[in-house]
Amino acid sequence: MITIKLNGRQQTLDADPGMPLLWAIRDLIGLTGTKFGCGIAQCGACTVHVDGVPTRSCQTPLSSLGSAEVTTIEAITGPVAAAVQEAWTKLAVPQCGYCQSGQVMAAMALLSENKTPSDADIDAAMAGNLCRCATYARIRTAIHDAARALA
Amino acid sequence: MLHLLTSRAAPPSRRGFLMATLGGSSGLALGFALPESLAGGRAHAEPQRTPSPFAGYLFIDRNNTVTVLSAHMDMGQGIYHGIATLVAEELGVPVADIKVEGAAGNPRLYGNVTVGGAFQLTGGSSATPSSWERYRRAGATARTMLIAAAAKSWGVAATEVTTEAGSLVHASGKRATFGEMAEAASNLTVPTEVTLKAPAEWTQIGADNTQRVAGRDKVTGAFNFTIDIRRPGMLYAVVAHPPRFGGKVKSVDATAARKVAGVVDVITIARGVAIVARNTYAAIKGREALKIDWDETRAEQRGSDELVEAYRRALAVPGTIAAKRGDVAGALARASKAIDVSFEFPYLAHAALEPLDAVVERKGDSLEIWGGHQLPDFYQAIAAQIAGLTPDRVKMNVMPTGGGFGRRAVADGDVIAEATEIAKAIGWTAPVKLLWTREDDMRGGRYRPLYVHKLRASLGPDGRISAWHHHIVGQSIAIGTAFETSLVSGGIDPTSVEGAADMPYAVPDLQVEVTNMRAGVPVLWWRSVGHTHTAYAVETAMDELAVLAGQDPVAFRLKHLANNSRERSVLEAVAAKAKWDEPLPLGRFRGVAVHKSFGTVVGMVIEITATGPANIKVERVVAAVDCGIAINPDVIRAQIEGGVGFGLGAILHSQITLTKGIVDQGNFDSYQVLRFDEMPIVEVHILPSTRSPSGIGEPGVPPVGPALANAVAAAIGKRVRMLPFDKGLSA
Ligand code: FES
Ligand code: FES
Repeated sequence: MITIKLNGRQQTLDADPGMPLLWAIRDLIGLTGTKFGCGIAQCGACTVHVDGVPTRSCQTPLSSLGSAEVTTIEAITGPVAAAVQEAWTKLAVPQCGYCQSGQVMAAMALLSENKTPSDADIDAAMAGNLCRCATYARIRTAIHDAARALA
Repeated sequence: MLHLLTSRAAPPSRRGFLMATLGGSSGLALGFALPESLAGGRAHAEPQRTPSPFAGYLFIDRNNTVTVLSAHMDMGQGIYHGIATLVAEELGVPVADIKVEGAAGNPRLYGNVTVGGAFQLTGGSSATPSSWERYRRAGATARTMLIAAAAKSWGVAATEVTTEAGSLVHASGKRATFGEMAEAASNLTVPTEVTLKAPAEWTQIGADNTQRVAGRDKVTGAFNFTIDIRRPGMLYAVVAHPPRFGGKVKSVDATAARKVAGVVDVITIARGVAIVARNTYAAIKGREALKIDWDETRAEQRGSDELVEAYRRALAVPGTIAAKRGDVAGALARASKAIDVSFEFPYLAHAALEPLDAVVERKGDSLEIWGGHQLPDFYQAIAAQIAGLTPDRVKMNVMPTGGGFGRRAVADGDVIAEATEIAKAIGWTAPVKLLWTREDDMRGGRYRPLYVHKLRASLGPDGRISAWHHHIVGQSIAIGTAFETSLVSGGIDPTSVEGAADMPYAVPDLQVEVTNMRAGVPVLWWRSVGHTHTAYAVETAMDELAVLAGQDPVAFRLKHLANNSRERSVLEAVAAKAKWDEPLPLGRFRGVAVHKSFGTVVGMVIEITATGPANIKVERVVAAVDCGIAINPDVIRAQIEGGVGFGLGAILHSQITLTKGIVDQGNFDSYQVLRFDEMPIVEVHILPSTRSPSGIGEPGVPPVGPALANAVAAAIGKRVRMLPFDKGLSA
């Protein structure tokens, strides 16, 4: 048995402590907004926040979490989340949508740290998030748009 | 080139679940309402819908929700939104009020019109052409019947009833929502003829907005793909596949695997060894613990270098003629100015971000399968055969997918067959979700084939192309599959030569030939199929010839295009928008290409900065598009943007190579695709048109590579003919 703090609640799981957070969230808890894309921290589809820091859940064993607070796409709230989701929708960023949970989580983390990111800041923050539909240009515009909305 | 498939490729059974279970029920119900108990939790509800008068294309419930059943899978190309727009326009509701669901199981309703309607197909950029009449007609039929129902119930003439955003209205002040009138409408006779709106009356077709069906769900995590399906008691499976294509299981030692916590079963299936477990992690751990001996007597043992060598040797031997006019050999012999170039194109993986997956559940004597079904009727027949059921007992749930790029249209239904086999092997005791991990997906074959080309072309004294000889060597996608008889004739697989055999430039002496190679590496259509390589060869050769002729690349192309050709209008448009005639700032270079695929013409001017082979940056792409009537301009823009990014990644970085028959790449660390900082600005200009719409999912890809190659040649004088650039720039 292992206990983690997920979306503001204690979750006790009957799981191998080595199990990556991704599979615990998806298969054991049943929150499927967080996606699997590579399993080796190369695509960003599985990005969640661990104490606010964007983290690849596919490479985060349950045992490493301790008392850290995990937040998934289903539980994001507040002005930054709203601004990002609004900009994404308004600019029709998603194509297939599969990478977008991870993109939103990464963008939120960026905007929480940096109110006025430059293109270079965005490139650096989003470099680990692949989009095979290549929505990158719209994501860039949407991040600027969300930043303006938050200003 | 799936559009070349004919009804001969139809799967064994055309009867489907929907038809069997719903077609026989009594009465027609337009006003379909869920039983109260199900109304709250639709997710797993399987309501027995009666077919609506609109032949299963749309339902309107009492709450005025319009649900459109899509004949096509959405993999990000936006067809759900396209189909919703067509229905919305004719029905008279805002597109935002429409929900779209995947449909399958009745080729009579959902068969792809562009392949003769015999089976359902998403592919070949054909979903829009196939839907254009069908879904407008469905919307118009529903509207006509709703009006008739209102007229009848109000005792007024139908001509006096109009519609207004989902409501029926009469001058007397009478008013009803579509939902309120739906049940009454369902009792009326379906009109055989309806009048579609004239283009001047359109308010939604062609509207330039950024709305998308389910757009919001894609940023909240609520949008469900196959990988997200959860069924009560569901087990999770992964499969260990042979390391070499064509390998088979000889023996398995599953002792250690069975001891892994959470592993439920280990099963040998036709394509490998399956681990069934309580969660994905346990399945993966179990697979790691397997010891498998493979029988590789029939496996492909060659590496890609050996294949390239064999292909290059084949260039020396004449191939099968795909197009011929005049006397190429004579004209080439006479020419004083000529190019003689060869190209190498690697295997490419689709690498959609959602890897291959499927969920199979048996209940009693029926089976239900969730998946990215680009060919649901084929997969239904395959699953039915494995399960020992008739196809009408197999319900196919067509899920939206996290990308596809052609990978989910396979004649043998790979992942569907595996999942069904696994579920059967455990005695149908639980629903099974099969996941191919990224490595399975990338090493699983079905690549864009490896090709080698040779292209010789000459200039006449008038500075025009006098001869053109193009030889393509590689594996055919269709030969050896269920598509062979319908696609291949006289040894020519059109998917190998499309874009080359029909290249648009006027050349008096032309010969295009193909040599079909055999290799054990499975191949498949990959976003824009043959055009991925033919456009590169043709459009870079055109550039070299222009330089050889001392002419401007745009002017040189225009000289060889007929006055009424669509390529000409697109090329002129893109040159104007990119200000081709004006000089570029210092350090900037550009290249141009134009190409038609799937009935859509796309021209691109690509601007780069380059200080050397290691320092090339794509700055800006200007594109012009003629795809006929633009149903959703912003979806078109998005598809061109996406095509640019998808194409650029492949051209710059992607390659699948094999060493002694084993695929070298396994994940995104070794198989490089376009990343965030490499994405250029893309500017899309859509040409006005009155032609019926053609597809847009694929045509953005072909011109990217050659336009970039031509820009690079302009910048550093290097012609890249070996792809990807990561390899070819240093070669
Ligand atoms: S699935 Fe975790 S980074 Fe790709
Ligand atoms: S929207 Fe499809 S992978 Fe990003």
